[in-house]
Amino acid sequence: MSLNERNTSMNAAASRDADAPLLEIKNLAITFDTQGGPVNAVRNAHLTVMPGETVAIVGESGSGKSTTALAAIGLLPSNGRVSGGQIIFDGEDITHASEKRIIELRGNSIGMVPQDPMSNLNPVWKIGFQVKETLKANGLAGSNANERVAEVLSEAGLPDAAVRAKQFPHEFSGGMRQRALIAIGLACRPRLLIADEPTSALDVTVQGQILDHLDRMTTELNTAVLLITHDLGLAAERAEKLVVMYKGQVVESGPALEILRNPQHPYTQRLVNSAPSLASKRLQSGKAKEALAAAAAAGTVEVTDQADVLKVEKVEQAAHAEKAAHTGGIKSHTPAGRGDTILEIKNLTKVFKLRGALGKSTDFKAVDDVSINVKRGTTMAIVGESGSGKSTVAQMALSLLAPTEGSISFDGVDVTSLKGKALFNFRRRVQPIFQDPYGSLDPMFNIYRTIEEPLKIHKIGDAKSREKKVRELLDQVSMPASTMQRFPNELSGGQRQRIAIARALALNPDVIICDEAVSALDVLVQAQVLNLLNELQEELGLTYLFITHDLAVVRQIADDVSVMQKGRLVEQATTDEVFNNPQQRYTQDLLSAIPGASLLV
Amino acid sequence: MSEKLTPENEPRIPVTPRLGKKSTRVIEHFVAPLEETPLAAVDSVSEGGAPLSLWAEAWRNLRKQPLFIISALLILLVIVVAIAPQWFSSVDPTSCPLADSAEGPRAGHPLGFNLQGCDVYARMIHGTRASLMVGIFTTIGVLIIGGTMGALAGYYGGWLDAILARLGDIFFALPLILGAIVMMQLPAFRDNRSIWTVVLVLVIFGWPQIARITRGAVIENRNADYVTASKALGLSRFSALVKHVIPNSLAPIIVVASISLGTFIVAEATLSFLGLGLPPSIMSWGNDISSAQPQVRNNPSVLLWPAVALSIAVLSFIMLGDALRDALDPKARKR
Repeated sequence: MSLNERNTSMNAAASRDADAPLLEIKNLAITFDTQGGPVNAVRNAHLTVMPGETVAIVGESGSGKSTTALAAIGLLPSNGRVSGGQIIFDGEDITHASEKRIIELRGNSIGMVPQDPMSNLNPVWKIGFQVKETLKANGLAGSNANERVAEVLSEAGLPDAAVRAKQFPHEFSGGMRQRALIAIGLACRPRLLIADEPTSALDVTVQGQILDHLDRMTTELNTAVLLITHDLGLAAERAEKLVVMYKGQVVESGPALEILRNPQHPYTQRLVNSAPSLASKRLQSGKAKEALAAAAAAGTVEVTDQADVLKVEKVEQAAHAEKAAHTGGIKSHTPAGRGDTILEIKNLTKVFKLRGALGKSTDFKAVDDVSINVKRGTTMAIVGESGSGKSTVAQMALSLLAPTEGSISFDGVDVTSLKGKALFNFRRRVQPIFQDPYGSLDPMFNIYRTIEEPLKIHKIGDAKSREKKVRELLDQVSMPASTMQRFPNELSGGQRQRIAIARALALNPDVIICDEAVSALDVLVQAQVLNLLNELQEELGLTYLFITHDLAVVRQIADDVSVMQKGRLVEQATTDEVFNNPQQRYTQDLLSAIPGASLLV
Repeated sequence: MSEKLTPENEPRIPVTPRLGKKSTRVIEHFVAPLEETPLAAVDSVSEGGAPLSLWAEAWRNLRKQPLFIISALLILLVIVVAIAPQWFSSVDPTSCPLADSAEGPRAGHPLGFNLQGCDVYARMIHGTRASLMVGIFTTIGVLIIGGTMGALAGYYGGWLDAILARLGDIFFALPLILGAIVMMQLPAFRDNRSIWTVVLVLVIFGWPQIARITRGAVIENRNADYVTASKALGLSRFSALVKHVIPNSLAPIIVVASISLGTFIVAEATLSFLGLGLPPSIMSWGNDISSAQPQVRNNPSVLLWPAVALSIAVLSFIMLGDALRDALDPKARKR
């Protein structure tokens, strides 16, 4: 039976019982046996996937979304077990099916696309071999296996599939690897495809293309898709049906667009409110909001002293910005009394020498003639995909890396030539926050020592005053003082990131360089950290250089945006201009790739 | 990979706004009752329980492990014996009346006598100190030299790494025992045999192993964000090594050091057995095994007992190393 014949017979079978659910999970409970006793990872979960339907499970990390899906394909980790409920696939109860039966179902009836394209292909085997393996395992290889492999790969959108099949995974880019994995997942024409965060590791434009392709393929083959994602916008855009999970339970499920527009459960409401891809304007700090309210209530404010003058200015400005936003204008958010350039990056170029064969080295221009001006008290975002050179710019701005050409001046002083004492003093004024909350705090230092470290390095105060300062800083980032004695491994990612912010604030810096500071965090935690950053900016007059790949986040925090592509600056303007009227093709692509952007308007 | 082949570089089809999918089927809108799914504060801080450092956590894991308990008790016993042998044997191991030569066990002398008429049990107890001292001091020496070399090579890299790593490789290529045998025959060492010469020789050939482990661990940690962060705070490069990189690299070093302590005790015994290690005037298990060799056929127990003592000491250090490895496993450390 050829693939296509098989396919049509499948479709026939599918249309025969189109109204019977393909996968039904009822009251599922999953328990993990851990050192500290059994943990109920999933409780009372239920979901139904109809033939040909796309269902998305949305939830933050640890919500049990992957666990639920893995249980359906019998791939729970060895310490996990289904402790209650039923999993019914195509009318057959597979809750406690034998190993043999599950293996029969895998590939053939239930396919899987894993999350991380980097680690899910075996690096020592050619791509073609790995596809053939799947076909063989399901008895579909036949006599012309290699042609079949090429066919499957080209369906997944890989050009020159026959050539590509002879390559190894390291010769593929991330997006191509994911296409290969999709090819493997769909090679045997399963009736259900489980896609576990299939594009989370990819750049946003590649993500869009791959999901489009996956959509097209599964529609053609009438394959049902169980999509697991943390991104509500993406889920709503790709699935007919949403299942929202929270702490191992299903809190809400239903038609995707309805849930997005009219969320019922408070958790879903929270998610919808904080999903960055759905946000349409910059965050306002609590104070600015209060000021707005006060201005609205009082109508006019009497001017008595200098401080009030500033306040009034601010209020008026804020009110003006608000009005502009309401009338659809593109007035940018510029706090009052600020605006002189604090960080000036001019014609910055960084060339790395790549080691080639026989001691030859080739030049690689990571950053190419980039100029960026950051105004005091504002946020400049540098946006780009991986390899755009955005992090290299950050490293150079922190003076951790010497530029090849060009200059960086901070408050009128050239940073690149700083040495010794002057560099030491510069360090006080510019601080970084890094992406990985698990890597940026020394696991051996408790929180007190971590936050105290900068004060100690710069010999500020004595033990007593330092402790007071640490308390203040913890308070500023809304962490209880009892955290001082804890160690990083006892805190969550978001909490660690708040500690990193506290450490960065310890020396009262002027500029904070956030290198993907919120990218690793769950949506709600991310929103919390962004709000914190915004409040702190308002309160302390901080300037942020915000490096990110996520345009949606830019919308929330940045005043100005620089878009980078392959080391070059592509577009630079205020956030509103970039979002409302992108000039460059690349920026337009980036914007349209934000999942869910067009759903709420 | 040629550029033109990647699908990511293909000219892009203009994107139409994605408006989501609408199902033709009726989909029920389910909302879980709030009582069953209570909403917790976002990212709340748990304030219960005592703070746990990584070491405290490792200790908590360790003290439940039978392997650790047994080996730690044995090591403790060996150390106490080495410090105060008189608590365990009141017999003078150096008074060796020839009348007792090769006599069997009797009251007060549970393990009998060797060919010289010395008490086997007393010698076994008193031999602990020399063996343990060689083990401990060699390990300390190896940690200082190998640790420093490895840390500098790994942290600074470049030519320093190239030189130190090749130097280590040269020593690494020579088997510990073979190198020590050759070295101990040099006049300077042969004429001044003592615990310290043995320690020195073993350190010379033992450091590359620790250097390798340290180098690897340091390389793994030197680019960690917390190191970059403290540099950005103004910490000098060297201080970052001492304050952040080394403390985070200790776990694998401790494991290897504990295991090699055992092997150094064996090396000392081997050298002494060959007559090249400690001088006969110093009591050690190796010397006892060596002197028991001629009469191994008619009185094997004389050889057996120091060998048993040696095995227990070595085994307990190796077991400790294994237990530590489980507790300090870097993969288990990340939660």
